[in-house]
Amino acid sequence: METKLFLPSQNWSHIHSGDIVYVSGKLYVARDQAHKLLVSEIKEKGETPFPFEGNAVYYMGPSPTKEGMAIGSSGPTTSRRMDEFSPFLISKGLKIMIGKGPRSEKVVEAVKEYGGLYLQAFGGCGALYASRTLSSRTLLYPFLGPEAVLELEVKDFPTICIIDSRGEVFKP
Amino acid sequence: MKAEEVIIDAVIEASRKLPFDAVKALEKAYEEEEGNSKVVLKAILDNLSISKSLEIPLCQDTGMMWCWAEIGRNARVDIVKLEKLIETSLAKAFKKGLFRTSVVRDAMGERSNTGDNLPPVINYSLTSGSDITLHFLLKGFGSENCSSLTMLNPTAGREGVIEAVVDTMKRAGAKPCPPVFIGVGVGGTMDRAAVMSKEAFFKRGKETDLEREIKERINKLNIGPGGMGGKNSSLGVFVKEEPTHIAGLPVAVTVNCWAERKAEVVLLGGYDGD
Repeated sequence: METKLFLPSQNWSHIHSGDIVYVSGKLYVARDQAHKLLVSEIKEKGETPFPFEGNAVYYMGPSPTKEGMAIGSSGPTTSRRMDEFSPFLISKGLKIMIGKGPRSEKVVEAVKEYGGLYLQAFGGCGALYASRTLSSRTLLYPFLGPEAVLELEVKDFPTICIIDSRGEVFKP
Repeated sequence: MKAEEVIIDAVIEASRKLPFDAVKALEKAYEEEEGNSKVVLKAILDNLSISKSLEIPLCQDTGMMWCWAEIGRNARVDIVKLEKLIETSLAKAFKKGLFRTSVVRDAMGERSNTGDNLPPVINYSLTSGSDITLHFLLKGFGSENCSSLTMLNPTAGREGVIEAVVDTMKRAGAKPCPPVFIGVGVGGTMDRAAVMSKEAFFKRGKETDLEREIKERINKLNIGPGGMGGKNSSLGVFVKEEPTHIAGLPVAVTVNCWAERKAEVVLLGGYDGD
């Protein structure tokens, strides 16, 4: 099945594990160190630094931007390293995640409990994703360099659904 | 052409273009797969043409630079100048080629970015002849994190070695961007086996029976392109072997993603500053 997802979104129950999903709209970029900081900031202040509800986080750290383009090479990084932070962020409303590779049992449970979604982008395909990115701006933690939190506008980002809102996991 | 320019061009080209054999293997895999696995391979092949036409790195993880300087025993060599040549050429290549600054210092503390993607990891060794060959791997860490080292019993034999490699890929699953290329170092000491597992990517000659058998066993794991299942979990295995101690059988495995980015530069006659 091929389907589309426009972000932010309030409904992704039509997406099933194994579906090819073309993502368009707004994406928030965060990886390792940004996750660590997001979690401690939310615990400290009690509020999320950007709107979580209906939005997605993309695990990525781009290479530098070539003149005339919106972003540099920008494919997904391994999701597994974010597993220790994701259940907390999901409980705070950030339900859609895009990365690569499998997730822990705890993430699968959290996705199922809160009706979330985990999509896998194609690892190593940084130039492809750059060509589908319309704009990019730094939102948080600029001192993290390539690990800063970014806000992207993307068009037809190809992904595959690995965990759907029912907690069904794609198995080859 | 100056040595520096040759290195810069070779390293930038490696970030945008895969070796001929890797592209052939990916195209063959595309023909063999179906369903989501084929979709992943289509994206990979599209990505290769996009990075070439846009002139940007094919993957945002341009890696930590791993370099192996193989110095001919009859080569002219000024080792201090050679090190300087490698480091300044790489610094320029990273800037010009829009490489990501992926290197941090204070690894277990602040992890502050070094800002220039330096330092590289450099290994030096001696060989026959009068040239210096510089081998470069742009080593991404999604795959590097899946690499392994096993100190087998000396009696574990060939089967033990095969199992150590296959187990590494079982644990890795979809994490290292399969279908992967695998370097294996067998023998030496623990550290030497690890270095050999990277030197193995620059082997010449035909695939050995052992390499084919390891590849076939990994392909039975049904990890497949992007973890989508299928016949292609590994596209190539390279084994390098050296003598070891009577009490041991070290096996090191370097896992490399499908983007097997490498470059080689030969400095004819050596390098002593010109």
